Amino acid sequence: MAEKILMKGNEAIAISAIRNGVDGYFGYPITPQSEVMETLMKEKPWETTGMVVLQAESETSSINMIYGGASCGKKVMTSSSSPGISLMCEGISYIAGAELPCVVVDVMRGGPGLGTIQPSQSDYNQIVKGGGHGDYHNIVIAPASAQDMYDFIDWGFELAFKYRNPVVILADGIIGQMMEKVEMHPMKPRRTQEEILEVAPWATTGKPAGRERNIITSLSLDADIQERFNRKLKTKYDLIEENEVKFSEYMTEDAEYVFVAFGCSSRICEAVVDELRAEGIRAGLLRPITLYPFPTAEIARLAKQTRSMMSIELNLGQMVEDVRLAVNGQCPVGFYGRQGGNIYTPEEIVDAFKKFNGLA
Amino acid sequence: MSISIEEIKRPENIVYGRPALLTDNVMHYCPGCSHGTVHKLVAEVIDEMGIQDKTVGICPVGCSVFAYNYIDIDWQEAAHGRAPALATATKRLCPDKYVFTYQGDGDLASIGTAEIIHACGRGENIVVIFINNGIYGMTGGQMAPTTLLGMKTSTTPYGRDPKLNGFPLVIADMIAHLDGTAYITRQSVHTAAAARKAKSAIRKAFEYSQKGIGLSFVEIVSTCNSGWKLSPVEANKWMVENMFAKYPIGDIKDVLK
Repeated sequence: MAEKILMKGNEAIAISAIRNGVDGYFGYPITPQSEVMETLMKEKPWETTGMVVLQAESETSSINMIYGGASCGKKVMTSSSSPGISLMCEGISYIAGAELPCVVVDVMRGGPGLGTIQPSQSDYNQIVKGGGHGDYHNIVIAPASAQDMYDFIDWGFELAFKYRNPVVILADGIIGQMMEKVEMHPMKPRRTQEEILEVAPWATTGKPAGRERNIITSLSLDADIQERFNRKLKTKYDLIEENEVKFSEYMTEDAEYVFVAFGCSSRICEAVVDELRAEGIRAGLLRPITLYPFPTAEIARLAKQTRSMMSIELNLGQMVEDVRLAVNGQCPVGFYGRQGGNIYTPEEIVDAFKKFNGLA
Repeated sequence: MSISIEEIKRPENIVYGRPALLTDNVMHYCPGCSHGTVHKLVAEVIDEMGIQDKTVGICPVGCSVFAYNYIDIDWQEAAHGRAPALATATKRLCPDKYVFTYQGDGDLASIGTAEIIHACGRGENIVVIFINNGIYGMTGGQMAPTTLLGMKTSTTPYGRDPKLNGFPLVIADMIAHLDGTAYITRQSVHTAAAARKAKSAIRKAFEYSQKGIGLSFVEIVSTCNSGWKLSPVEANKWMVENMFAKYPIGDIKDVLK
């Protein structure tokens, strides 16, 4: 039986990176995710797997270290929280523009500005809709448990290399700080140089006489060439939308009312569904696991069978816009949220639900 | 009687050549600009050391943003000022590689000060080639942190006034105080003799980068005759008479001496 260890979500990120053959982590301290780098430094993976761990002078530098490491075909990652992620968005745009694979973990806290250090989901728009400049998408995956934090590292790198695209693990302060049992999967070794040449023939591994030089850049001064590149990216995003949508459903089969919630909010909404079912109200939950690509088709399908849908988020209402687009007027769409690092109780959501649906 | 070029191009006649690692692309640099000469020196050093397959270059944002078009090695193109961060990760993840950044003074001494200072502070085993011409070339001749007092640029049209614009930043001297730097030198390429010295310095920097003793930094005090609004010859003269006073030529630090 696989080993299970009690740990924080942030620790699971660090342990998973070591156990999944990540080549390098470059980061900068920020609450509520500092345990990621602290755990890595304590574990000293450079003595075991050879993984490089480096504390950079800023988030700006961290993400540019990721750009450099990813350019070499290495599996590199960073983690931060909302204000730090804002600083990284410039670099993420360059990474998307240079088509480099990497994993970025955002353990969200309240904003805007310095905001709070308590949990929030207020970076949804920033991460799912862009953040940096230019036409690009992050692939965004949203963990809801410490186990997800562990598992999404490997999945994240698989997606990142499959599409040569940045992947953001969009977590929050609850998932990062909460301790849960985490099942360890077998160790994956780091890629050998031969394997890197195989999976990343585009990488700056040193130009041998026999090939053209590899250039990692996002620059193109010719409008037609840039437009061709933008359209190539669109083709890639279309493929991602076609193949990578992932979600889970809880009691939606006969649901008359459906909640949509991701990350920690989806855990709370499961309790809400249970409470409403106990009262005889047929509620269900759709949890988007990928936020980009968004489960638009599934939400549209559910909208046909439900009286109403409600998006529950720890922000002022960000994902609800995507829910409305997916529902496209087929049923009313409500929203309930808390902000500033406050977290809703299931009872609070039940009340908001009843008010919205005229059941109070 | 005429003689064909092929007859002249015999091994016994050739005393000098274009480095094999310079590509056939026509350089976009202005006539008289120092970049072309420095590119040639870097290409020669990589060629002569036989390290083409072990070298990764990092380009800046600025006039040399397209350096990757001219030297036949693997390149990464960085965001403005961030080249030392890319180089840090590249070198740490691939310690057998020779990793160098090629940056201008707008890139390195202004927006990229955090990255260069901390790469020096950490003692990254990389080479930094720093082109200091006291001006932003690519964007049309604005003031750089290295612009001399009194020097006219498009954003200091009446000359750099310390009350308005502050004082020039002398990066090489600043980083010489940091324990993580191994070799710091200031060179120029305005004469054949100067270019030969600059090439020796670049070679030494590349050699030091494999010794695990810290960062090597080669500043090339350069001309920007377009930005300075001078002919190439006048620009060289102006550089010698003005730039060298603030940025004197010579070695500043060598931990192995």
